[in-house]
Amino acid sequence: MRRLEREARESPPPAERARLAELYRQMLCIRRMEEAAAKAYAQGKIGGFLHLYIGQEAVAVGAIAALSPDDYVVATYREHGHAYAKGTPARAIMAELYGRSSGISKGLGGSMHLFDAAHNFLGGYGIVGGHVPLASGVAFASKYRGDGRVTLCFFGDGSASQGAFHEGLCLAALWHLPIVFICENNQYSMGTPLYRSLSIEDVSQKALAYGMARDRFDGEDVLRVRERVGEALRRAREDHVPTLIEIKTYRFRGHSMSDPGQYRTKEEIEEWKKRDPVPFARQTLLEHMGMPEAELAALEEACKKEIEEAVQFAEQSPPATEEDMLSSTYEP
Amino acid sequence: MPTVSYREALNQAMSEEMARDERVFLMGEEVGHYQGAYKVSQGMLQRFGEKRVIDTPIAEAGFCGVGIGAAMVGLRPIIELMTWNFSLVAADQLINNAAKIRQMSGGQFSLPIVFRGPGGAAHQLASQHSQALESIYAHVPGLRLAIPSTPADAKGLLKTAIRDPNPVIFIEGETLYGLQGEIPEGEHTVPFGVGDIKRPGRDVTIVAWSKMVHVSLQAAAALAAEGIECEIVDPRTLRPLDELLIVESVKRTNRCVVVEEGWPVSGFGAEVAYRVQKAAFDDLDAPVERVTALDVPMPYAKHLEHVVLPSQERVVAAVNKVLYRE
Amino acid sequence: MAQILEMPRLSDTMQEGRIIKWHKKEGDKVAPGDVLAEIETDKANMDFEAFDEGVLLKIAVPDGGVAPVGGPVAILGAAGEDVSDLLGKIKSGAKSAPAPAPAAAPPRPPAAAPATAPARVTAAPATAPAPVTAPAPVAATAPTTATVPATATAPAAPPASAGPRIVASPLARRIAAERGIDLRTVHGSGPGGRIVKQDVESWQAAPAPSAGPAPAAAPSQLSAPTPTPAPVPIAGAADAEQPLSLMRKTIARRLTEAKRDIPHFYLTVEADMDAAVQFRVQVNQALGVKMSYNDLIIKACALALRRVPQVNASFADDRIIVHGGVHIGVAVALEDGLITPVVRDADSKSLGAIAREVAELAGRARQRKLKPAEYTGGTFSVSNLGMFGIEEFTAVINPPEAAILAVGALAQKPVVKDDELAIGHRMRLTLSCDHRAIDGATGARFLQEVLRILEHPMTLAM
Repeated sequence: MRRLEREARESPPPAERARLAELYRQMLCIRRMEEAAAKAYAQGKIGGFLHLYIGQEAVAVGAIAALSPDDYVVATYREHGHAYAKGTPARAIMAELYGRSSGISKGLGGSMHLFDAAHNFLGGYGIVGGHVPLASGVAFASKYRGDGRVTLCFFGDGSASQGAFHEGLCLAALWHLPIVFICENNQYSMGTPLYRSLSIEDVSQKALAYGMARDRFDGEDVLRVRERVGEALRRAREDHVPTLIEIKTYRFRGHSMSDPGQYRTKEEIEEWKKRDPVPFARQTLLEHMGMPEAELAALEEACKKEIEEAVQFAEQSPPATEEDMLSSTYEP
Repeated sequence: MPTVSYREALNQAMSEEMARDERVFLMGEEVGHYQGAYKVSQGMLQRFGEKRVIDTPIAEAGFCGVGIGAAMVGLRPIIELMTWNFSLVAADQLINNAAKIRQMSGGQFSLPIVFRGPGGAAHQLASQHSQALESIYAHVPGLRLAIPSTPADAKGLLKTAIRDPNPVIFIEGETLYGLQGEIPEGEHTVPFGVGDIKRPGRDVTIVAWSKMVHVSLQAAAALAAEGIECEIVDPRTLRPLDELLIVESVKRTNRCVVVEEGWPVSGFGAEVAYRVQKAAFDDLDAPVERVTALDVPMPYAKHLEHVVLPSQERVVAAVNKVLYRE
Repeated sequence: MAQILEMPRLSDTMQEGRIIKWHKKEGDKVAPGDVLAEIETDKANMDFEAFDEGVLLKIAVPDGGVAPVGGPVAILGAAGEDVSDLLGKIKSGAKSAPAPAPAAAPPRPPAAAPATAPARVTAAPATAPAPVTAPAPVAATAPTTATVPATATAPAAPPASAGPRIVASPLARRIAAERGIDLRTVHGSGPGGRIVKQDVESWQAAPAPSAGPAPAAAPSQLSAPTPTPAPVPIAGAADAEQPLSLMRKTIARRLTEAKRDIPHFYLTVEADMDAAVQFRVQVNQALGVKMSYNDLIIKACALALRRVPQVNASFADDRIIVHGGVHIGVAVALEDGLITPVVRDADSKSLGAIAREVAELAGRARQRKLKPAEYTGGTFSVSNLGMFGIEEFTAVINPPEAAILAVGALAQKPVVKDDELAIGHRMRLTLSCDHRAIDGATGARFLQEVLRILEHPMTLAM
């Protein structure tokens, strides 16, 4: 078992309490949303694949917090958290998981294909690495138009072995595109640990070959994620230098709901849970930023309500329609 | 009407659309400084500059994906594949991304993008460079597919493709680039889903596209000397397919031969034959015949290549068969 | 479950068949593929094979009897099965009329129904050598064969459920439905006997059944506009009536049609055969083959047709079809008729190949062993009566061909050569042309080509 070296818990970067509270709220809502999704899945109300993000929330929430609303996000099939952090309402996500017409993709995409044009969330993609060149293309458009926007592209450590990943990085570096690539290294490409899938476990080193900036850090602290990604965004926006960031993290659940998880031990999971980003943020708010317990409790209650309401909304929504299916295949 | 080559017609279409719409750009291998591997983009770099005529490394998955991303946020890319054989390394981009994004986003993201380049066999390029892949892409919902046979159609269809809000697979004839033909002056577009009768005739309907239109025209000329008049229907786009034109022709002639350069198994011609028998069952006087490449990868040797490809003689034989001659 | 076995359709033009001999008798077990009987069609004698297993319970048409295609000939079922209702059906004629065949045939001694084909009409001398006689009506190529119901007296709609599956193109079915044509009465010219558009369109209703019994007019299949007048018996020695063989019926029908519908005109030339005679001797010696003058003529015609393709044609109502292949029919006399096997692509075959093929085809034609594909699809015919000393004659065109060449005898004659009297070999050739497709000048040009080739026979060797 490979462990992250314990970094000294420095005091959090200076940020007003309300800001962290919002990030904590987002992480908690994502956590509650996915827990509710897992339950609905077990009840047979959600079908297909369901890849949960539980344990990794600080990455999406911290990184996207560094963006402006105009910036773009392109993500993988494990993207419920990214969509939520980019602004997609929980009810629209939940309804999508339920296959309802009120879902963010009208029930046509499902868990793996959340898209939200209004919030510049350009989708969840189901083919590992296949979306990386696409994200470069979004950044290409920003450069073409000179609109100053940046694209954030998320993927897992499994993508680093895919050809499309390398082609996407190659073109982004060659053309100096305004993009930041974030490898969420959760230690396993499905059930295969890093040491059995990568000759060099440091994914960020791939940047060297393309003459791209790189960064690499642990992902349990949402504020650190926000700050370090913010630096990369500035490089992309102002210097037209793309960055490959590797953020080490861990998913507490299986690859998908059907994953028996026999490739890792309970002890390993428990060890990682000690660095769960959600309680970590709560502790910071409570202990370092003086947020009262009652306020935290109220925030947590609000999250619970938001997700309950989202589930209710999904359950009461009409199913996806044939009309939407047929009319959305081509633009007339 | 001015006479121009198929190659020049494509160049005109792209240049006119790029002049008309700032969002349109051309990207691909050797499209710029080299002036196009098949010289289709000749002069465009000089006219539009490096911002809009973009040379790429040999990374089809990369630049096809770039085009898709750019189209999602409102640009109108023309992605040139040096040949359609190379699209196979980008098949994930074309089939899993381009074809799916609109539907899986619930209609939120349209994809106004054209993937274009030459398809089919040229001369002795052997198996990896001699493939007619239209049947593979025509199989995929979410894509449109245009496959012109003449300079006028090439120009008109490419302009329509560039303006279309959907991903378009645009397959040019590698051996047609030098073909000369008249093109209407001024603005000239050809709508998708509207086929063209390349030769009228009363005895048999031949459905053919791209280079096979010309093979069929030769066969029709030979048959005309025997008093057989073939009607050659060029659907021009396979998605959408002008089924009505084909079926109405078959209802007049009662006989149908489908000619395609691709392989027989699951070839698009089988789809045409299916639709004809379904829509014109009571009008058929003979089973629909198909003329296709032989069911083998393309060999290198010249005489074997001729054996594999559909020929005038094989089209004539198929016509005779549906006419119960011999 | 017992079933009625019907007269199978064993040739493309077959309308009725004669049982030459049953190979199974009532009570015999039958397995699929067993030969039940030998059947004479209009073209050949063929085996009638069983499709199903069972016991032959009843033979409805005895040896020598005739039944229309699709008409009942026997009952097949399980041993001991009660077939009285099926017998009733057959007797009541619900399965189409002329079931017990002998009744329909003109009187003849019952004992005269031999195992071999009964009652023959000798059309040509029985001793006639290979390529003989006039046109070859039976060799009509499929597409234009217009046919009428086999039995004019019983088009009365047999039950739809009975009878073999009708193979017809969807279009032919639609046209037939629109015009109220019973497809069972239409002859199919397509692959496997498929009824196609042209078959339905060229279908003509049978003449209305004549009032009262008209046995003298025999099966009235001729679609001639006026019925053939019944022959009047002539006083004197007793007349012998010969029942028509199926081939004879077809010859009668098709020749009548051809002579009625085709505007014939005739062109006669005399060929200088001196060079050809020498050439034949040389070739036969050199190659050790036995090549006839007829073979030379066939090859000469084939080459000439290539040069004047308009003669290698068919008139098809609204257009003229100029054929791509040159396929030459060669009339062969049979004991009770004639047939025209086809030498395909004769223009591209060597003389030797043609000679061998003609000999082989003629041999099998006389044994009635030709397959339909071997006597259909000709684009031009050659008929030769030279061996009977006939100097010249005119032949009836074999539709849908547009011309036929009648070849007379090779004769030695006094001729003027270089202003001197000499003995020369001469042969008279008469071309019959369909004026709808061929004009006089075109026909003449063709004959000139034939003459030029025969006078320079080395062309034939190339």
